[in-house]
Amino acid sequence: MRVVLRNPRRELEVAGPISVTKLLRQLDLNRESVLVVRGDTLVAGDAVLSDDDTVEIRPVISGGAS
Amino acid sequence: MKCTVCRGEAVIDLRRHNANFCREHFLRFCRDQVAKAIAEHRMFGPDDRVLVAVSGGKDSLALWDLLVELGYRAEGLYIDLGIGSYSEASTATSVAFAESRGLTLHRVDLREEHGYDIPTAAAVTRRVPCSSCGLSKRHLFDEVARTGGFDVVATGHNLDDEAAVLLGNVLHWQTEYLGRQAPVLEERDGFPKKVKPLVRLSERETAAYCVLRGIDYIVEECPMAAGNRHLRYKEALNALEAASPGTKHAFYFEFLDKAADRFRPEARASQEELRPCTSCGAPTTAEVCAFCRLVERVRGAEPVPVEVLGSKGRRRRRRNGAARDGAAAEAGATAAAAGERVRP
Repeated sequence: MRVVLRNPRRELEVAGPISVTKLLRQLDLNRESVLVVRGDTLVAGDAVLSDDDTVEIRPVISGGAS
Repeated sequence: MKCTVCRGEAVIDLRRHNANFCREHFLRFCRDQVAKAIAEHRMFGPDDRVLVAVSGGKDSLALWDLLVELGYRAEGLYIDLGIGSYSEASTATSVAFAESRGLTLHRVDLREEHGYDIPTAAAVTRRVPCSSCGLSKRHLFDEVARTGGFDVVATGHNLDDEAAVLLGNVLHWQTEYLGRQAPVLEERDGFPKKVKPLVRLSERETAAYCVLRGIDYIVEECPMAAGNRHLRYKEALNALEAASPGTKHAFYFEFLDKAADRFRPEARASQEELRPCTSCGAPTTAEVCAFCRLVERVRGAEPVPVEVLGSKGRRRRRRNGAARDGAAAEAGATAAAAGERVRP
């Protein structure tokens, strides 16, 4: 599957099927710090992503001042 | 994974609440959390005019959307900070959000109206950008609230912001700041009331709210904020949260319940008498307020492109080590994050 990462934007190929939780662990990402976005919605931790999926892993931590 | 409420397909799991939600029930959860924060902390009522500090990021746009959804009279204020392409994208996103919903967005352009931008101010003052940025924003939010007849200024500080500021204040035993840290700063001597209605939502939740509501927001981090201490505190708290869900909520809300009052006398004692700035009339402890002194110092300086400042900042951080950034500048960044005022 295609995995899009942000800040800076880059792409990875990861073999599916794989659960969201396992994908984040494989990429050494803290699930508290990111969302996994597929199309216009989110995928929960136990959802299984297939080889033909494209997902964005979006960081949610920001600098603080609004 | 099933929605805890309706057993439909869940799109998000919130381990700190031991709950999973479908889109509809997650959006309702967010509205309920904000309504609860507003009511519990007596932030404002249905007749109050609320000025929302808008940056184009997830928190401020989620906040504005939620307040409108809850039926409040909320208008936005966007300040163009002149941070290169980042500010251009932030402006476009904020304007598009307001126009798509028919909402009123007030705008202030630092360069056009006050003769400087944040990269230039940082270069001239030789302080980290968050210092002049926070000072400028606080002054202008206060000014627009005062002149526009708003009852309250609402900022998008979320649970992660507040927990990170608390951690920083505790690590350095900033007892005066601990005494001021609260979801509400009451109106005082010309300063408007300031509130943080998102304190019950984490930033993962505000980002999720935006995705599920179809709100286009700026995902990129401010190029001036990269590597600041506040971000490192958030990372540390998220590592604890991953191991023990609910840690951030307990840290912040137990502080409010059990410890904050102990520091209030110190915060009150440190409050100096305020008088009007002889230049702009804003409340200040000095003859001329910090904002007017900043404008006087940086207005007319040769503009410094953000790319130049960014590379200098990176070199300086490598040379000195990020932990030794100036203490005064750090206090400015912390105060900006907490929505608190740094008095001259």
